[in-house]
Amino acid sequence: MADSADAIRINGTAVEPPGDPRVSLLDLLRERLELHGAKKGCDQGACGACTVLADGERIVSCLALAVQYTGREVVTIEGLTGEDGPHPLQRAFVEHDGFQCGYCTPGQICSAVGMAAELERGVPSYVTDDLAAERIAPGRDEVRERMSGNLCRCGAHNGIVAAITETYGTEAR
Amino acid sequence: MSKPDNTVKDALALGPENWADGEDPLARRRGGRIGAPVSRLDGPLKVRGKAPFAAEFPVEGMAYAALVFSTIAKGRIATLDTAAAEAAPGVVLVMTYRNAPRMRPMQQFDSSEKAGGADTLPIMQDEHVYWNGQPIALVLAETQEQADHAASLVRVTYEPGHAVTSFAEAKANGTDTGDFHGPLHLEIGDAEEALRAAAVSVDVTYRTPPHNHNAIEPHATTLAWHGDELVVHDATQLVTHTAWTLAHIFGVDESQVHVTSPFVGGGFGGKLVAQHQVLGAAAARLAGRPVRIALPREGVYRLIGGRARTEQRVAIGASEEGRFTALIHTGTSATTRHSAWPEPFMLAAHSHYAAETFLLDLQTAYVDMVANGSMRAPGGAVGVYALECTVDEVAAKLGMDPVELRIRNEPATGPTDGRPFSSRHVVEAWRTGAERFGWAGRNPAPGAVRDGEWLVGMGCAAASHPYVRMPGGAARITLTDKGLARVEVAAHDMGMGTETAQTQVAAERLGLEPGQVSFRYGDSALPGLVPAAGSQQSASIGAAVVAAQHALVAELLKLVSDDSPLAGLEADEIGAVNGGLAKLDEPERYESYASILAGAGRDEVSVEASGPPPLEMMNWSMHSFGAMFCEVRVNAVTGETRVSRFLGSIDCGRVLNPKTAGSQLRGGIVMGLGLALMEETQFDERRGRILNASLAEYHVPVHLDVPEIDLIWTDLPDPHAPAGARGIGELGITGAGAAVANAIFNATGKRVRDLPLTPDKLL
Ligand code: FES
Ligand code: FES
Repeated sequence: MADSADAIRINGTAVEPPGDPRVSLLDLLRERLELHGAKKGCDQGACGACTVLADGERIVSCLALAVQYTGREVVTIEGLTGEDGPHPLQRAFVEHDGFQCGYCTPGQICSAVGMAAELERGVPSYVTDDLAAERIAPGRDEVRERMSGNLCRCGAHNGIVAAITETYGTEAR
Repeated sequence: MSKPDNTVKDALALGPENWADGEDPLARRRGGRIGAPVSRLDGPLKVRGKAPFAAEFPVEGMAYAALVFSTIAKGRIATLDTAAAEAAPGVVLVMTYRNAPRMRPMQQFDSSEKAGGADTLPIMQDEHVYWNGQPIALVLAETQEQADHAASLVRVTYEPGHAVTSFAEAKANGTDTGDFHGPLHLEIGDAEEALRAAAVSVDVTYRTPPHNHNAIEPHATTLAWHGDELVVHDATQLVTHTAWTLAHIFGVDESQVHVTSPFVGGGFGGKLVAQHQVLGAAAARLAGRPVRIALPREGVYRLIGGRARTEQRVAIGASEEGRFTALIHTGTSATTRHSAWPEPFMLAAHSHYAAETFLLDLQTAYVDMVANGSMRAPGGAVGVYALECTVDEVAAKLGMDPVELRIRNEPATGPTDGRPFSSRHVVEAWRTGAERFGWAGRNPAPGAVRDGEWLVGMGCAAASHPYVRMPGGAARITLTDKGLARVEVAAHDMGMGTETAQTQVAAERLGLEPGQVSFRYGDSALPGLVPAAGSQQSASIGAAVVAAQHALVAELLKLVSDDSPLAGLEADEIGAVNGGLAKLDEPERYESYASILAGAGRDEVSVEASGPPPLEMMNWSMHSFGAMFCEVRVNAVTGETRVSRFLGSIDCGRVLNPKTAGSQLRGGIVMGLGLALMEETQFDERRGRILNASLAEYHVPVHLDVPEIDLIWTDLPDPHAPAGARGIGELGITGAGAAVANAIFNATGKRVRDLPLTPDKLL
């Protein structure tokens, strides 16, 4: 369809919103567009496996109705891999073994990309010491706190945190 | 899952030729591929979201399934009105007991060679209800949204029967001695008398709640019938068992069911054959359409039983010097009539400590609930917890260091079977672990260390898991004229790193570079019966590949020409090196694989062989071990616990790949933190329904709950295990929970014996 305000832009491509208003953004991706990178772990906002970026913000796409995303820019894990290869964070996940089964992984990676932007903007968290800081360093505790919405049952937490802190700065806390 | 199999005993009759006769030459070889920290081969696919999971296989003309679950625990369906559902938009089929095809029930996993079922009940065959959450209708529709909506329109009324839903009532009704390949009962000497006579004794009861696996990928199957052939893309840890089980249920031949499972989003013992695969296949047959059945998270709780509730008595009698004179570990676990699977918590007590007398017993009590089943380290996870906390209680009572107490009771041979240990370096693990963790700095007085509002403490616990190699492992090796090898086994990689580690081992064994070897798995058409269960895959695959490599060498020797440097040599004189074969003591007598095949005019050579019967399990006491150390901070105001440090000092034989092995061990430890601090399936004892059937209300450890987990290992090869490696998949969860609980006792002086150790219990 023509590129318009009625379309959802997904990884740079204009996509027509579904006719059925019940369709979640996650199901649009997985069942209608065959973009299976975003995973369904709970379908109720509890696990983070379905995390994608909407206008740069991380959202759980299972709780997003697709029809509400017209005129917006959605980036999924498939969209993070550029022409010049994987995103540095994707490489770091492989290097640090930031997963086992890999099912939570796309959500972890998209979430971390969104989180890094929040740190850049100085959005504080429960563990932030300096609430007025313009930019917050991605120390281990900041990352652990901010990534706690992304569950990993395989227990790859150490590798995930190592991959994120290495990619976005190495300041230790 | 970890049942040694009865067929092991039968295998004894098969004669002397067995794996346990000689050490695998690879076990001690250093500097090669084994032990290299290789990043997982499927990593690039997974981080790009391109690894296809079961619910992601596109099939033309597929319909989506939704289930309706019963809301009573026992009784019968009185009325069932499906008219509104049938009339709803997009609906293809509503299946209930009235129109479901006739099917045999499943056979329970482990009850026969290839049985993979979670329960033995009739599957949507009549109006009877056996548990709260049982599927009573299945709706197929063009989209998932339509199926879900139509499922909500099915109207049911019930005639409830009397359901046993309280543990107290179940116990009062009478129990049976648990059976886990033999009765779960052992007596050596008079342990009760020895306990009474002991200088120091502890006699306590620990209680553990039910747990759910909560793999982040919910169970899902995409399947299609082509005549009598069934193609199944499943999330399973049992491809071959699943094919056999579905064939048995639908009355077709095993070879007509093809199951693939290349990627599985976590299993932990939960991804066997349950009713959803069967119902999906039945609906596909009835509707003449391919079907996808992807369980919603709630559906996973309703259909897939986890670890059962336990109540355990642990009693230890000791001399003044701390030598155990009595070890009693008895109690009851909940199970169902339709799939009696005990939670064998007393197994670890067979092997942890030398004691003069033993009384070990497990009783099963019957509850009307979803069939409980195997969950990571059956018995071990909750049994080692209770045992190791009790040992800590004994140490406190004796005023003795808990590490020293454990070392003092270190056995010389298997304490209850007298078998020699294949390889046991527990004392070394304790000593190196204590050193690295700074155990000497621990204040033994409970509640003595405070940092602001935080009480700080350290605890430790032993971990163990039996070595298992199930019979049935087989492998095919295909060598091409380019000198490339393909190794094929019907095994699984649910994130354990199977593909990566086995590629390393196979490359070393074949004298190839890892890039020249591909490892294929996750497909029932491949050779072998290799369940991802009992931490046994590395051993099972390893022994099968050893056998196949021997067969390959024999085959290649038949092909060498008369003027080959290898001509006239016997297989046992030959080793695999540098992409070919060479005489072991005369390495210049060498010919490459490519040259052998070219000389014989062959494109490829393919051999298949089975691993020998697992006699090593009969001859030796074989376990993986760990010494777990934990530091916690418990908030004196809120009662919340933070695990601030954790170390696992591991003795698991050879470590095949430290990167993936480290992840597996950490994963187990993280699950152990959950077991200690937060995990509980809340079972409503009035209605028999699981209350917290969601990831929002069943709490698992999240990033902020997980400290950096330090790991060290002895890395001493086990001479009786393929490649010298024992299992590690389940080891981590054993011991971890007790280390946390013992640290909490050291921090607070509070000994809470009911899991999980939530803040309310520590206030
Ligand atoms: S699937 Fe969206 S949060 Fe779990
Ligand atoms: S890697 Fe399996 S859930 Fe995170």
